[in-house]
Amino acid sequence: MIEEFISTYGEYLFWTLLHIFVILGVLLVSVAYLTYFERKVMAAMQRRHGPMTVGPFGLLQPLADGLKLLTKETILPTKANKPVFIIAPMLTFFLAIVAWAVIPVDENWVLANINVGILYLFAISSLGVYGIIMAGWASNSRYAFLGGLRSASQMVSYEVSMGLVIVTVLLCVGSLNLQEVVMAERSFLMNILLFPMMIVFLISILAETNRAPFDLPEGESELTGGFMVEYSAMTFALFFLGEYANMILMSAMTVILFMGGWLAPFGISGEWIDWVPGIVWFALKVSAVLFFFIWARASFPRYRYDQLMRLGWKVFLPFTLVWVLVVSGALIATNSLP
Amino acid sequence: MAFAKIVESFFLKEIVKGMALTFRSMFRPKYTLNYPFEKNPLSTRFRGEHALRRYPNGEERCIACKLCEAACPAMAITIEAEEREDGSRRTTRYDIDMTKCIYCGLCQEACPVDAIVEGPNFEYSTQTKEELYYNKEKLLANGDRWEAQIAKNLEENAKYR
Repeated sequence: MIEEFISTYGEYLFWTLLHIFVILGVLLVSVAYLTYFERKVMAAMQRRHGPMTVGPFGLLQPLADGLKLLTKETILPTKANKPVFIIAPMLTFFLAIVAWAVIPVDENWVLANINVGILYLFAISSLGVYGIIMAGWASNSRYAFLGGLRSASQMVSYEVSMGLVIVTVLLCVGSLNLQEVVMAERSFLMNILLFPMMIVFLISILAETNRAPFDLPEGESELTGGFMVEYSAMTFALFFLGEYANMILMSAMTVILFMGGWLAPFGISGEWIDWVPGIVWFALKVSAVLFFFIWARASFPRYRYDQLMRLGWKVFLPFTLVWVLVVSGALIATNSLP
Repeated sequence: MAFAKIVESFFLKEIVKGMALTFRSMFRPKYTLNYPFEKNPLSTRFRGEHALRRYPNGEERCIACKLCEAACPAMAITIEAEEREDGSRRTTRYDIDMTKCIYCGLCQEACPVDAIVEGPNFEYSTQTKEELYYNKEKLLANGDRWEAQIAKNLEENAKYR
């Protein structure tokens, strides 16, 4: 029985597991160096140096931080609901990782090339709010609870406009498969029409990943860290990793939907550029979007709660609704509906 | 007017302006002083750690007049004096409680022989309070260690006094 299983599926299982571990390894290293990148870029924008002491140019700082978090004591608050309290960060981290299964980083470089890739991504990223709500509720602390509530309403509000943005992209490319989204032929008109949607999407993913200027769930100045108040050491590290992995995931999503994934930017091609592997372009584009994340954080103060809600419901939602109509109208008028 | 405002906010004019500013400042020189490796220049009148000075022949300057003790507003200085074997008046005890000191520099002003001075050193943090109760030995050692800099500072300041 077992022998038969191994002889039939053994090879497949081995390669899949290897693939998973490679993705996981690369992702974790990227997350570690994203924190370094963030600190350096923020520092440069505020005309500071950032980490400089650990290793050359502070390059070993993420390792030192990770080691510190690993060796610290995990504190469980007495009044917390312990199982939920521990599951919450694990869930956040798990959801941030599991979404990577469908992200194509190069042609056919994808773990699961499924036909509903975008739906899967959207579903997983929507589930992310559960980790935060569970953390906020299980901590049994006012700050954490308020942070959890804020995060829930914020993520729900911005998911609506994100969904409509994704619908417009799907109208243009005519497929839910992420590889086909990247490879779809895009006319000049389509690029022009999708550009405002990209801006809306970029701003929405800031809200979706709880990043500044929409970092109300954390709100360190008024909520002292929001849903993460009671967390320490490894549980905190998992939230932290989850948040940054989510940032990378959302950037990858933007790159796939709007920036042509692993293809060379602006459709350039020729002998001198074709040798560059697709994954390099993909990584560069994702880094550019991540730079935007950090850039926005360094530039803007936090939104007030009612401003956040107004932007989500009274600006983005009507705008995206109208734009879905405009884009579909344009597609029918030019007879280019896929 | 209202229309222009809506158009402006829709094209994210202010947002783009703000982001352009932060982007530009990325390439400007940084203000940070990499402290333990780089240090700011100090004034010649900087009032740092205290030191008791000596004459070039090795004799201590302090004549135990206790003017510094009287001048000290924080009462951080304690002096006891006795006649030495050669008949000169010297201190047997000269303590400064650095935890009381407010670094006003009045002891330095009061001293008729430039014996007690506040030197340029400001990096003398300790792990315990007890280490900050300086005695005569410690102050004289400070004087020996910083003499070159202290003498130079005093000379440069002399014309203004």
